[in-house]
Amino acid sequence: MITRRYLLSSAAAFLFLSTTHGFARIIPGNGLPWQPNAGSPPAPVRPGPWKFFTADEASMVEAMVDRLIPADNLGPGGKEAGCAVFIDRQLAGPYGSADDAYMRPPFMPGTPSQGYQGPDAPAARYRESLKALDAHVKNGSSGKFFHQLSPAEQDKILADLEAGKIELKDKGFFALLLKNTMEGFFADPIYGGNRDMAGWKLIGFPGARYDYRDWIDKHNQKYPLPPVGIMGRTAWNME
Amino acid sequence: MARKLPRKDVVVIGLGWTGSILSYELASRGLDVIAIERGPWRDTATDFPPSYAPDELRYAVRLDLFLRNAQETLTFRNKMSETALPIRNFSGFLPGNGVGGAGVHWNGQTYRFLPTDFRVRSHLEERYGKSMLPDDMTIQDWPVSYDELEPYYDRFEKLCGTSGKAGNIRGKIQQGGNPFEGPRSSEYPTPPLKQPYASTLFAEAARKLGRHPFPQPASNLSQSYTNPLGVTLGQCSYCGFCERFGCGNYSKSTPQTCVLPALMRIPNFTARTESEVMKINLDSTGKKATGVTFVDSSGEEYEQPADLVLVCAYSFFNVRLLLLSGIGKPYDPQTGQGVVGRNYAYQTTSAVNIIMKDKILNPFIASGAIGMIVDDFNGDNFDHSGLGFVGGGYISASQSNGRPIETLPVPEGTPKWGAKWKKAAAETYLSGYKLGTHGSSYSYRDCFLDLDPTYKDRLGRPLMRMTFDFHDNELKMSAYITGQLAEIAKAMDASEIVASPRKGPYNSTIYQTTHNTGGTVMGNDPATSVVNRYCQSWDVSNVFIPGGASLFPQNHGYNPTNTVGALSYWAAAAITDKYLKNPGPLA
Amino acid sequence: MFRTLLAAAVFTSLAGSAFAQDVTQSFSQIERGGYLAKAGDCVACHTGPGQQPYAGGLALETPFGKIVSPNITPDSETGIGAWTDDEFVAAMHDGRGRNGKRLYPAMPYPAYTKVSRADALAIFAYLKTIQPVRHAVESNQLPFPFNIRQSLVFWNALNFTPGEFKPDPKKSAEWNRGAYLVEGLAHCGTCHTPKNILGGDKTSEAYTGGTLQDWFAPDITANKHTGIGDWGVEDIVKYLKTGANDYTLASGPMSEEIVHSSSGMNDGDLKAIAVYLKGINADKQPPKPAPLPASDKHMVAGAAIYKDNCAACHLDSGEGAPKIFPSLAASTLVQSREPTTLIRLVLEGSRAVSTKDAVTAPAMPAFGWRLTDEQAASVLTYIRNTWGNAAAPVDAGAVAKMRKRSAGN
Repeated sequence: MITRRYLLSSAAAFLFLSTTHGFARIIPGNGLPWQPNAGSPPAPVRPGPWKFFTADEASMVEAMVDRLIPADNLGPGGKEAGCAVFIDRQLAGPYGSADDAYMRPPFMPGTPSQGYQGPDAPAARYRESLKALDAHVKNGSSGKFFHQLSPAEQDKILADLEAGKIELKDKGFFALLLKNTMEGFFADPIYGGNRDMAGWKLIGFPGARYDYRDWIDKHNQKYPLPPVGIMGRTAWNME
Repeated sequence: MARKLPRKDVVVIGLGWTGSILSYELASRGLDVIAIERGPWRDTATDFPPSYAPDELRYAVRLDLFLRNAQETLTFRNKMSETALPIRNFSGFLPGNGVGGAGVHWNGQTYRFLPTDFRVRSHLEERYGKSMLPDDMTIQDWPVSYDELEPYYDRFEKLCGTSGKAGNIRGKIQQGGNPFEGPRSSEYPTPPLKQPYASTLFAEAARKLGRHPFPQPASNLSQSYTNPLGVTLGQCSYCGFCERFGCGNYSKSTPQTCVLPALMRIPNFTARTESEVMKINLDSTGKKATGVTFVDSSGEEYEQPADLVLVCAYSFFNVRLLLLSGIGKPYDPQTGQGVVGRNYAYQTTSAVNIIMKDKILNPFIASGAIGMIVDDFNGDNFDHSGLGFVGGGYISASQSNGRPIETLPVPEGTPKWGAKWKKAAAETYLSGYKLGTHGSSYSYRDCFLDLDPTYKDRLGRPLMRMTFDFHDNELKMSAYITGQLAEIAKAMDASEIVASPRKGPYNSTIYQTTHNTGGTVMGNDPATSVVNRYCQSWDVSNVFIPGGASLFPQNHGYNPTNTVGALSYWAAAAITDKYLKNPGPLA
Repeated sequence: MFRTLLAAAVFTSLAGSAFAQDVTQSFSQIERGGYLAKAGDCVACHTGPGQQPYAGGLALETPFGKIVSPNITPDSETGIGAWTDDEFVAAMHDGRGRNGKRLYPAMPYPAYTKVSRADALAIFAYLKTIQPVRHAVESNQLPFPFNIRQSLVFWNALNFTPGEFKPDPKKSAEWNRGAYLVEGLAHCGTCHTPKNILGGDKTSEAYTGGTLQDWFAPDITANKHTGIGDWGVEDIVKYLKTGANDYTLASGPMSEEIVHSSSGMNDGDLKAIAVYLKGINADKQPPKPAPLPASDKHMVAGAAIYKDNCAACHLDSGEGAPKIFPSLAASTLVQSREPTTLIRLVLEGSRAVSTKDAVTAPAMPAFGWRLTDEQAASVLTYIRNTWGNAAAPVDAGAVAKMRKRSAGN
């Protein structure tokens, strides 16, 4: 029946407005602010239809990531690991639209020391370059899509792209694609790639762990625990 | 029209390390202090708890805690003959943002500069002759000596609880520490971190070659510690998510873990976040500041009157604020006149990548400042006669980053993708390692900061422009100390060694460090400095820049934070002991 | 004419004060009263949000409806400025307001009845030195039929025994002082004693723990399994004074108590409280249950969850670190009869109290977004049955219920 203590702790909370970022802009010197359930945990990617890629773009990207990181006896390749899903979700979000970048003109070509100076955000770069690449592939193969080529033919296209032998307006596109593919393969599974922690298992990275005090002294010994992601691992559940 | 707020005794611009320390020192003495920070409030349990802090994509790759270029950025060029273009995405250096500033996501490497560093020009000219220094090298002696600053280094280290092993206590060399360091008044507050395998092998090899390895001083604590403000920190758990990340278990020394719990108990202190100071306001004489004007996230402008203005932002932004406020004479590289923006410097780093085939190095068991260091080739610790350069740096086996998106070693010549890459990555990850050098970056006439003529920020004000490139001196120095490091790598019996000394031109897209120094240099001569030895503006005596690497006349071969912290305490003492008793120019 | 008016004015003001006091205010009485008001933590309930201290206006949600705390500043119209000594004592001792109206036991008169008349008057003297604030409060906002104060006759008959504290001659002066404080002003039982269906104390189970609005105020008897039996007197004193000792850090509703009340009490009184508490049920130590075996599937899952979520702060050994991470190993709090607080902490997090001797105020982050009900139940079951702990497992249904009620959801 008696509940004043509860209310008293929440009375203190009245001083601080609840915003999506946590705390009010004016923080007086009467204690560190606190709210229960405060924080900004990441929102896991949900499986489902492509959010950015068209069906054709998705087929192309899935095929590309599967050559960049092929499936073999060491483990799943980029497609099975969800790299294309990862890239799709990234391009559909603030990364894709370069919300955080400085995008004011004038846009002028720079030196290699000056970084990307184009007006296009990653989403636009993919859209543009995939279209150009698709045209190039169709041209050279009597109308086939990239994903219809043989693995060896696909590898050749990618190698040519990497070497700058294919004329794309966006000269940095291959590097961007490779970078995003690797990100997808090794980022936490909540972002859509690294499915079942395939990337981490390939190399022996234990994932989102936070305490290695019991292993710092164990020199030259393999770490025994399986990787864990931000949303956990199977051992957290009872069978 | 700016809304005028009630007057405060002190306005602090930026609530990072310097802002937190100064706010505490002044508010705890009863002054009314308001700190204005343009980023958000940050707190361990709500912003980087262990449950989602270890997210490499979010924090290390997408840079969630850092300054957004859309909010503010710089333009960059190597040479004055080039046109500076905007840094549209940060990658080569990463300015922080938010309460705690870069103190939230630093690595914790906590070094003092050498006694000779503080009188670098005099020392080098004495030892090697004036002609040893290139004509366009603008290094200068600091206006404080190591001995004067020592008690404040001590104070900052005790605030942090830094873990390490002293090498020189009051002139007596100690076994296991750095024999080259300046004399310390006391041992480190906590013992050194435990070392992983690779740095242990490095230290053994270094000793074989007659070098003097010692554990890197780390503000990632080896054990729980309560600092002089009564704040308790936890023990580092070697999680490997240190630089670029906030610490989830209170074991990295940051404003959050060292100062804010005590500061936020002081009723005459207020923090105002997501509010950006636009300029420091001056009275009609131009010699006295009346306060600051800031804008909040709704775009509303406010005027905060205050008797004392402390400029505690990140180095670049200290410089920019002074330029936009008309405080001090802007530097003109053509004439060499002026001071604001002069002597911008950086850090000259390099790597020796090795593979220790069949050895399990567990690179993911890491901490921001764990590692073994050799200081034999730093500063003027070695004889430079006939070498053709001055300066130096430490060489290290430092293990802070085993995260796979950023760190996935493969043997040289391995393709970057495909089946061969996959096999090499799987085989090499646990056995690859990056040894490093961390060298000085001396100041030059043509390396400076000023306001860009073309590009503007979201509020219509000119961006800061950086003009910087490596000079021959630094590249020669890098080649030399990288060579020394490669010798140690050979003595480690590494199966593959790839040495990559720093080569020009400076590429602003490749991450090297976020050690951007200079621009508001401290000195004894107003012709070559922006603030006096007490960090007080020569032009406006109630404006101080009481910390920040923008004070450095040049950068030496060490990480800057300990020196920034020491200068913060040094300036705080000057303000409380001298200025408040008798406001006016102190020098 | 003027002199008549002046005389009338003087007479009125004197009359006000003449009726209000029959004890001369003295400096030491006021000092003592201020200290006792701190011990009683009056300010906590009698200060509404945004209000001046003691000006009332805090709404208390009871299961029967809302009651709002009255203004006890010495304003003569809206506060207690016109009250007599007897009226003030009757409020504390008998649960009677002005004009004899019955107070709801949201005002803990069942505890305050133990306070001596002299102490009550000292508090009154102190309150009369507070800045008077004009703030009218309508206290009784309960719905029908609870708003009928007459109904309290029955409640009092069942749940209230008036009477000042009577010292036990067989016990030490220190013990008696502790009993006087705990049972009276400090009114610990208001939270820490389980309640019957009417919201009255279950006196036979006094201080063995009570649940209120999803916080479990733990067992503070000398029970070695679930209470403070293993804590030394110094541990209890340190906790009450600073909010931190080697076992744990205070958070939740107890934070407020420490900041406003016990951190300001003198060491002698805190020690007396500790001595008294350590004597409750000291001889009645029920046998400790056996812990769940480590092979139990809840324990196995819980161990994995613990390693991946909790060990970074609380360590593999459960020991945590003093002043920053509470110890979970051999912890009576962890073995509480009711896991309500534990579930709440895991789901929504908590910040520890900050006092001048324990400044840090570390915070436990929220895990509700990361763990399912089943996972949270597993890890709590694991914690409650490892490192020397043994207690009933936590069930996923209880977690689900708490999640629904948790603030912010």
